[in-house]
Amino acid sequence: MPVGPGEVWVVIEQEGGRAEPVSWELMGEAAALARKLGARPAAVILGSAGRQLSSAAFSSGAEVAYLVEHPDLEPYTADPHCQALVELAEKFTPQIILLGATTRGRDLASAAATELETGLTADCTRLDIDTTKKLLRQTRPAFGGNVMATIITPHHLPQIATVRPGVFTAPQPVEGVSGETVVLKPHIKATATAVKQLQFVPNPDTGVTLKGAKVIVAGGRGLKAGRNFALLEELAAELGGEVGASRGAVDAGWISQHRQVGQTGQTVRPVLYFAVGISGAVQHLAGMQESDVIVAINNDPEAPIFEVADYGIVGDLFEVMPAMIGEVRQRKLAAGAAASPALLKQGGAMRMEAGTGGESE
Amino acid sequence: MRINSVVCIKQVPDTTQVRIDPDSGSLIRQGIPSVINPYDLYALEAALKVRDSHGGTITALSMGPPQADEALRKVLGYGIDRAVLLSDRAFAGADTLATTYTLSAAIRKIAGELIAAGGAGVDMVFCGKQSIDGDTGQVGPGLARRLDLSQVTYVCSLLEVAAETRTVRAWRQREDGRELLEARLPVAVTITEACNPIRYAALPDLLRAAKAPVEVWSAADLEVEPDRLGLKGSPTRVSKVFAPPARERGETLSGPDRPPNEIAAALFDKLAERGLTIGGSRG
Amino acid sequence: MNGSQVHPAGGDGKRRPAPSRFGAIVVGGGPAGLAATYTLAGAGVDVACLERGDWCGSKNMMGGLIFSQPTAKVFPNFWHEAPLERHVTRRDMWLATGDSAMKVSFESTDFGAEPYNSFTVYRSRFDKWLSRRAAEAGAWMIPETLVESLLWEDGRVVGVRTGRPGGDLEADVVIIAEGVNHFLAEAAGLAAGPPKAETMALAVKEVLALPRDRIEDRFDLDRGAGAAIEIIGETTGGLPGTGFIYTNRDTISVGVGVLLDSLVGSTREAYSLLDNFKQQPQVRRLIQGAGLREYSAHLIPEGGYRYMPRLFGDGVLVAGDAAGMVNAINSEGANLALLSGQMAAQTVLSCREEGRFDAAALGRYRTMLENSLVLKDLRKYSSATNFLSSHQHLFGLYPELLASLAREFLTVDNMSKADKERLLARLFRSQVPVRSLIKDFYQAWRDLK
Ligand SMILES: Cc1cc2nc3c(=O)[nH]c(=O)nc-3n(C[C@H](O)[C@H](O)[C@H](O)COP(=O)(O)OP(=O)(O)OC[C@H]3O[C@@H](n4cnc5c(N)ncnc54)[C@H](O)[C@@H]3O)c2cc1C
Ligand SMILES: Cc1cc2nc3c(=O)[nH]c(=O)nc-3n(C[C@H](O)[C@H](O)[C@H](O)COP(=O)(O)OP(=O)(O)OC[C@H]3O[C@@H](n4cnc5c(N)ncnc54)[C@H](O)[C@@H]3O)c2cc1C
Ligand SMILES: Cc1cc2nc3c(=O)[nH]c(=O)nc-3n(C[C@H](O)[C@H](O)[C@H](O)COP(=O)(O)OP(=O)(O)OC[C@H]3O[C@@H](n4cnc5c(N)ncnc54)[C@H](O)[C@@H]3O)c2cc1C
Repeated sequence: MPVGPGEVWVVIEQEGGRAEPVSWELMGEAAALARKLGARPAAVILGSAGRQLSSAAFSSGAEVAYLVEHPDLEPYTADPHCQALVELAEKFTPQIILLGATTRGRDLASAAATELETGLTADCTRLDIDTTKKLLRQTRPAFGGNVMATIITPHHLPQIATVRPGVFTAPQPVEGVSGETVVLKPHIKATATAVKQLQFVPNPDTGVTLKGAKVIVAGGRGLKAGRNFALLEELAAELGGEVGASRGAVDAGWISQHRQVGQTGQTVRPVLYFAVGISGAVQHLAGMQESDVIVAINNDPEAPIFEVADYGIVGDLFEVMPAMIGEVRQRKLAAGAAASPALLKQGGAMRMEAGTGGESE
Repeated sequence: MRINSVVCIKQVPDTTQVRIDPDSGSLIRQGIPSVINPYDLYALEAALKVRDSHGGTITALSMGPPQADEALRKVLGYGIDRAVLLSDRAFAGADTLATTYTLSAAIRKIAGELIAAGGAGVDMVFCGKQSIDGDTGQVGPGLARRLDLSQVTYVCSLLEVAAETRTVRAWRQREDGRELLEARLPVAVTITEACNPIRYAALPDLLRAAKAPVEVWSAADLEVEPDRLGLKGSPTRVSKVFAPPARERGETLSGPDRPPNEIAAALFDKLAERGLTIGGSRG
Repeated sequence: MNGSQVHPAGGDGKRRPAPSRFGAIVVGGGPAGLAATYTLAGAGVDVACLERGDWCGSKNMMGGLIFSQPTAKVFPNFWHEAPLERHVTRRDMWLATGDSAMKVSFESTDFGAEPYNSFTVYRSRFDKWLSRRAAEAGAWMIPETLVESLLWEDGRVVGVRTGRPGGDLEADVVIIAEGVNHFLAEAAGLAAGPPKAETMALAVKEVLALPRDRIEDRFDLDRGAGAAIEIIGETTGGLPGTGFIYTNRDTISVGVGVLLDSLVGSTREAYSLLDNFKQQPQVRRLIQGAGLREYSAHLIPEGGYRYMPRLFGDGVLVAGDAAGMVNAINSEGANLALLSGQMAAQTVLSCREEGRFDAAALGRYRTMLENSLVLKDLRKYSSATNFLSSHQHLFGLYPELLASLAREFLTVDNMSKADKERLLARLFRSQVPVRSLIKDFYQAWRDLK
């Protein structure tokens, strides 16, 4: 039994030893929250891959790793995970449990919070500590993103939250650190409510990974023709990014629908978003305005895209884009890094927290 | 074998119109039209499909203010058997924990009445994958736990209900793909928009619905402990609501006679100031 | 609240199977259809009202004026319950000449007490309320259902066909209250064709949000009271048209109406007219800082008496806008719609006593209308048309004309807005000495009181 204040837990979402990136994002955040509370950050790894993942957990900030092992925990289904997490939480009484707001994280968190009869805040985009009351302040969008709400769970423990992937930056792994490992075999009852996974079909590979891309160079009808997307591809390649598009460009048949950003396309939040020849219709903005930095290139100074752009360039994209590509190449040469295509973020968690405007701690 | 279902219906404001009043900092809800949570209509269609092939009954259940009766009246038009509105001031201010507490008490009562009428209780509880206002997706799983139901969330295709073996198969949507799950009845499923959209209601059903009562139950009609209802029974508290800060218009880098290469250089200087550098080495 | 209590909102709660044949079917849940439905249901007739919108009122423009007395004829003391915005205590008329305006204002304290004079309403809420009343009275209210065609048997209408599965309904009589486009009236052989462009006005309107107290300050109103302003003359950048401004609780409705045939292009053009109107200094001052809530466009049949379709046939009656019953002045259609709907219902009730619904029996509808304000007014207007169009020396007549215009406008009864618009446009474009115009107008106004 731990003494002192309850720990801050992260349930590591994993399958076959591969953890979802959001788990490490949360581990870093949990470490920061735990520091403010004078508590220990811990990773909870449900399933047989705990031993593989515990060192990654330690290097991401965990001081404790709970390895909860039981054959019923793979593949993921709600009931055994819920039973295991509830048993663990009842035994070790953490004060906070964080999970990714994913289809599995939400599934498990809601079941567990119900069993523990405690509060659960969904889909948070900002977390901090009310240091006087020692409470977790959980900020989340609601009403389709039109409203932000800060939610607390004042009288119940643990305080549970699911957190939107991509909100926090995963910490740089610190090699060589270790921590306490607790191995547990939970008592999972074989219940009538057990669900069996019969089959798993991964998403078809469209070759497009807009969601995780750090840089997106998106084009619209201003490109005039499909072949001109080559300009965007070149810049994207130099920056290690992906090409996106407005619906205008997709509807014109210039580019695949898999690359459409916006209300009826994908919602993205890259570090850097270029909107090239895109007017900035609300439906487009809905999919990209949480990007960290937005650069707009448009020859119409009145284009609404400039309202959301951090950097606006009024000009002909056919002149500006080649200059951009040239500039990037030059800088890479100067840095002696021609082989590495990446645009890098320096200085750790530089990422601005979208939605709340402030910086994340 | 017949399958008795309960479909949970939430009346929600048309969220595209909800705003924060910049002066008072409070939520402007007045004058905003209410709609049925769109995912709940997918859930209703899934339940109708099951009834089409297996028979049985469908009860629509909603917790909300008296006006939520409108949502139930509308779903009655799809030819369902019964509509129950849980409405009581004591239910107000519920978070998901108190909501599932109240809804589960009502579902137990509905099941009891079905059994008393010679039926087999409630076999399936259908929810939308999430609401468009509270947007938590927590109610479906919460009901599953409270009622000891198998839990299958984010269903993108409800394949079949095998009444003899009392099992159901469904495809569940995940970020990385789809999984085929098999669960035993009774089950709680939450339904996504990848399922079938709601059918076009038949005129005779609409006529029947025009005269069908929406039953209203208050706390006194349920076996519940008053302390576990509504705001009192909610561990979470909304401590503040605010408008998401709008992105501010940034800097214009172009100028009347500024050549493109200068603009490009200026941009990447600015990005570097923000920690976004080109080509540097890690660490 | 008790267990298993029936919520009264959506119906009379008596679980009743739908009859295989209805006493009456009403097509359209606007004021005309709802008045008919409510009256029939209240008299115990099995009546179904079919409305294509999500709910009654969902397709209707927000923010209009309804007059108390005709409405109370159908729904006595409606002001105690109906969702109303403000009771109108002041009615203004402006004669605008582009950069200047002459303003005449009529204010009465009676307007602020029962039975009131008029109210601003959001039609979307008001119609919804009417439909609840009809449901409570026992009608089958069927929203989201488009009537596609009529069912016939031996040359008489016996029901309607909707697009829904199992979508036919039979009835002794069908009351068509489908609004301005009257497709079904045409299908019933009562209207010769679609309404003619020259008889139609296009109204475009915006609802602008402003806090209640600022509205009251700006329009100089007591708490809860409202103003209605009609603007005639050069309101719309050269095109003959009228403008209006109504105050709602915390919004203002601003709009313009223009004759359809004077609009060369699309609705878009009408919106730019509205923009011009809003730019006029007099108007701008009133709406400054008010944010757009909603905009819409709608047709108004302004042809009047001479362009009305036949009002009845075998098994069928037409009411409201579908019958062209708009008293063009003040776009005062809702009143006539309510009254004609009520009379259509009363006709059906008296025909039920005889068990006959052929054209001969239903013909008493017309007589009833003739003897009422509805057709009296509409007819009076039709002679005005002749008068106006046959007179070559209109300009010389302006004092009388203005006087009569003022009377028409401010007493809420008859006269074609269309003609008035044309007339005024012409008047103002000529060199009428403004001074004497004002003087004469003022005189006429005094005489009226
Ligand atoms: C229900 C609904 C859902 C929608 N969903 C989406 C969605 O998911 N994503 C989406 O993007 N859209 C969506 N749309 C469409 C959206 O409303 C816009 O029509 C679309 O985004 C416009 O695409 P665009 O900006 O490429 O084209 P346009 O609006 O035509 O803009 C082209 C821009 O290029 C500029 N330009 C032209 N030539 C040059 C040049 N030489 N140099 C620089 N600039 C130039 C122009 O000034 C203009 O601003 C949706 C619409 C609806 C109704
Ligand atoms: C700004 C804001 C933020 C909130 N954040 C949280 C939070 O983080 N955690 C929390 O616990 N509560 C939260 N709530 C409260 C929560 O919205 C309510 O508890 C609500 O009653 C149910 O949650 P939901 O809308 O998220 O439903 P979801 O779980 O998203 O709904 C899923 C399905 O459950 C069914 N369902 C949901 N509500 C009802 C109902 N009333 N009647 C019938 N069926 C229903 C429907 O089928 C629906 O499709 C918040 C409320 C607001 C206004
Ligand atoms: C801008 C503007 C301002 C106005 N202001 C005023 C005012 O201030 N005061 C006033 O008294 N009047 C006003 N009017 C006129 C008034 O709105 C109409 O005269 C009145 O609404 C007519 O009522 P109705 O029931 O005949 O038709 P509507 O109100 O048009 O109702 C017809 C209904 O039938 C439905 N429908 C149509 N076809 C079908 C079908 N095939 N199947 C099922 N349903 C169908 C429609 O959806 C509609 O709900 C104004 C009109 C406009 C355009």
